[in-house]
Amino acid sequence: MKISHHFDDATLIAYASGSLPQGMAVLVGSHLHWCKACRDRAREADAVGGSLLEEIEPVEMSGDALAQMLDCLDLPEAQRLPSTEPEVRSQKAMETGLPAPLAELLGRPLDQLQWRRIGYGVHQYDLGLEGPGATRLLRIAPGVSVPHHSHRGNELTLILRGSYSDELGRFCAGDVADVDTDVAHQPIVDTGEECICLIATDAPLKFSGLMGRLAQPFIGL
Amino acid sequence: MLEDEPEGKKVTAAADLTQSKQKAERENWTRTLASLAESRDKQLFAQLFTHFGPRVKAYIIRLGMPPATAEEVTQEAMLSVWRKAHLFNAAKASASTWIFTLARNLCIDRMRKEKTQEYELPDDEVDPDTRDYGEQAVLEAQMKTVIDTLPEAQAQVLFLSYYEGKSHSEIAEQLGIPLGSVKSRLRLAFSKLKTHWEGRA
Repeated sequence: MKISHHFDDATLIAYASGSLPQGMAVLVGSHLHWCKACRDRAREADAVGGSLLEEIEPVEMSGDALAQMLDCLDLPEAQRLPSTEPEVRSQKAMETGLPAPLAELLGRPLDQLQWRRIGYGVHQYDLGLEGPGATRLLRIAPGVSVPHHSHRGNELTLILRGSYSDELGRFCAGDVADVDTDVAHQPIVDTGEECICLIATDAPLKFSGLMGRLAQPFIGL
Repeated sequence: MLEDEPEGKKVTAAADLTQSKQKAERENWTRTLASLAESRDKQLFAQLFTHFGPRVKAYIIRLGMPPATAEEVTQEAMLSVWRKAHLFNAAKASASTWIFTLARNLCIDRMRKEKTQEYELPDDEVDPDTRDYGEQAVLEAQMKTVIDTLPEAQAQVLFLSYYEGKSHSEIAEQLGIPLGSVKSRLRLAFSKLKTHWEGRA
C-alpha cells in the first residue's frame, strides 16, 4: 500500500495525549496500522508524554499502597477475553481486509454491513459511538461527490477502498485527509470503483450550498 | 581561575550536570524495567513503583479523576507494569514513555467504560532496529531539556494536551484563541522537539 497523505502533527499529539474522541482515535489507530511513517511519529508523540511524566510534580500514594501492591502481584490474572488476543485480532483484520482497530469494532467485512442509502449514490453506516462529533462509513459511487462543505472542528477521513479527489489532491486507500476550519472541500469519486471511507469529526460540518444544507440532516455528520 | 569564568558558563555547566544526571537516571529506570521481565524480582518492581507510582497518580489526577479513583487506577497501571513487563521493548521506548502509555490507555478505558479501543501501536513486522540499550531513554532525556526551552505559549498547549487531556477545541475555548492557533502551536512545539530528536538520533 502506497500512502501519500498523512496526519497533521497536532492530530498525533492529540492521539498520544488521549484527548481524541473515540471515533477519531479508532481512525488514527487504523491508519497507524497501515503506515509506518506515522507510527514512528506517534511514537515520538508518546515520548513527549513520557518526558512530561518524568517532569510532573509527584503526588504521594497512600501509606500502604506498596504493601497492597506487592500482595496483588501473585494473584492470578483474570481470564482475558478471546477477542483481545493479538492472533485473533490480526486474523479478523486479515479476513476483513480492514485495519485491526476498525475490524474489531465492526466485527464483519464492509460488504456485510447494514448500509443505509442517504442520497444519490451515497450510502452510510453509522458506528454509533459516543462523544462529540460523529463516526461514519461512507460508500460513494463512481462520479458522485459529497456536497461542498467546511468544518466547525477537525475532520479525519481514512480511505479504505477506491479513491477520491478534491481541492487538496487525490486520496487512495490508506491515505488520510486531516482537515479543519481552514479547509472547505468537495470530494468526488474519481475512478470506476466506488469509494469507501471512514470519517470521524469532533464537531458538525458546515455545508455551504443549499443542496448541502438540505443534505445535512441525512448525512448527519 | 574559577572565579573569573563568566556566570553563564557556570550555569550551563550546572545545567549539563543536571541533564546528565537525569539522563543516567532515565537509562537506569529503563534498564530496571527491562530486567524485570527476566528476573520477576519484586524488589525491582518495588523500586519502579516507588518512583513511578506517585508520578502516574499525579498525571491521572490532572486528567480530572478524583484522588481516590486516581490511586486505584495507579495501582491498576502499576499492576500492568508487572504483568506486561515482557512486552516492554527498550529499543522503542523508555520506561517512562511505556508507563505513560499504559496509564493513558487505562484512563481512556475508564472514561469510555467500553474496551473496544486499540490504543497500542502495532509492532513493526521485523525490527531491524538494533539500537543500544536505553538509547531511546537518552533521546528522551534530551527532549525534556528542549521542552523546558519552549516558548510559554507552546509549552502551555502541550501541557493542556498531555496533562489535562484537553482536545484542540477545548484548549481553543479555554485560551480564547482560534482552533488553528492551537494546532499551529502544537505543530511548532512538536517540530522543535523532533529537530532535536532527529539531530541526535
